[in-house]
Amino acid sequence: MITVALDRCADDPRPFIEAAAPTHPSLIDSEHLVADLYRIINVPTVVWIDERGRIARPNDVAFGNDTFKDLHGMESAPHLNALRRWVMEGQMPLDEQQVRALQVLPTPEEQLGRTEFSLAWYLHRNGRTAAAQRHFVRAGELAPHDFTIRRGSMPIRGLDPMGPDFAEMYMEWVQAGRPYYRSIPIKIV
Amino acid sequence: MANETFTLIDDGRICETGATVSGDRVYLTPAALQAALGWELKPQGFCKDDRCVLVHDRAAVCNDPGVDLAGFAAVLSRPLAIDLEERVACLGTSAADRSTQLASLDAPDFTLPDLNGTMQALSDYRGKKVLLVAYASW
Repeated sequence: MITVALDRCADDPRPFIEAAAPTHPSLIDSEHLVADLYRIINVPTVVWIDERGRIARPNDVAFGNDTFKDLHGMESAPHLNALRRWVMEGQMPLDEQQVRALQVLPTPEEQLGRTEFSLAWYLHRNGRTAAAQRHFVRAGELAPHDFTIRRGSMPIRGLDPMGPDFAEMYMEWVQAGRPYYRSIPIKIV
Repeated sequence: MANETFTLIDDGRICETGATVSGDRVYLTPAALQAALGWELKPQGFCKDDRCVLVHDRAAVCNDPGVDLAGFAAVLSRPLAIDLEERVACLGTSAADRSTQLASLDAPDFTLPDLNGTMQALSDYRGKKVLLVAYASW
């Protein structure tokens, strides 16, 4: 397992990482490079990559446990069981055609949102806070339902990602029909 | 004659270049464009390494006082974010390039630091099954 924290600095996820005391790599992606490369628009997102470096199962929402099951309605067991079957028995979840069919690929507008986010991040790192704010806001306008951009920039913008600005974003997302990943059918063995 | 120093961010690479700012447009001379971004203006269009992109309306992109940065980005279909006041521009990756990579099913490689600052790459784990988990404290 490789975990990637889409956090502005190591200190934000540090308490969680240290509590977990992982033996796997826990990486920090403050500039959202992995989000851009893999078209990740919310967390948690899981991607299965095989021994040849090929995507075996594309972006999906999956939780490691049922702690927040009441909030999001997802059971963690089906994905974990499918994962075990893949790792222990080599059971492929999907063929390549299915993987491609299930991928959600980025649009030009989403990529422009990512570019505005990158610009905002550079300006922020160089102390040009007001300018950075403008571009974080612009990025959010271009990708209004991308949680990594809009919610992910709230800590940097001095906003509470659990507070009213997030509540507003969440409402818009719900009203837009909860645009998100399609769920990947999991074979129940 | 360039009247400004502009910071260009290209795929994470940062460089300073001379540019002319006129209204809301940013212009680089062909020489500055090549030095900063590696793209050379040739008769057929913009070329880099073994790739060339045709320019259909040359006059719209390349004119006095130079290559229009926004026009250049549009020819490459790459997203461009500019802050004129701060004199910084960021050239991102096109949706087409990202999509082609993802559709190939080759997992894009990346190198990131862990909590200790040690850089690790996805490709370090080639030969193993990898579960990539993106999460956040927010």
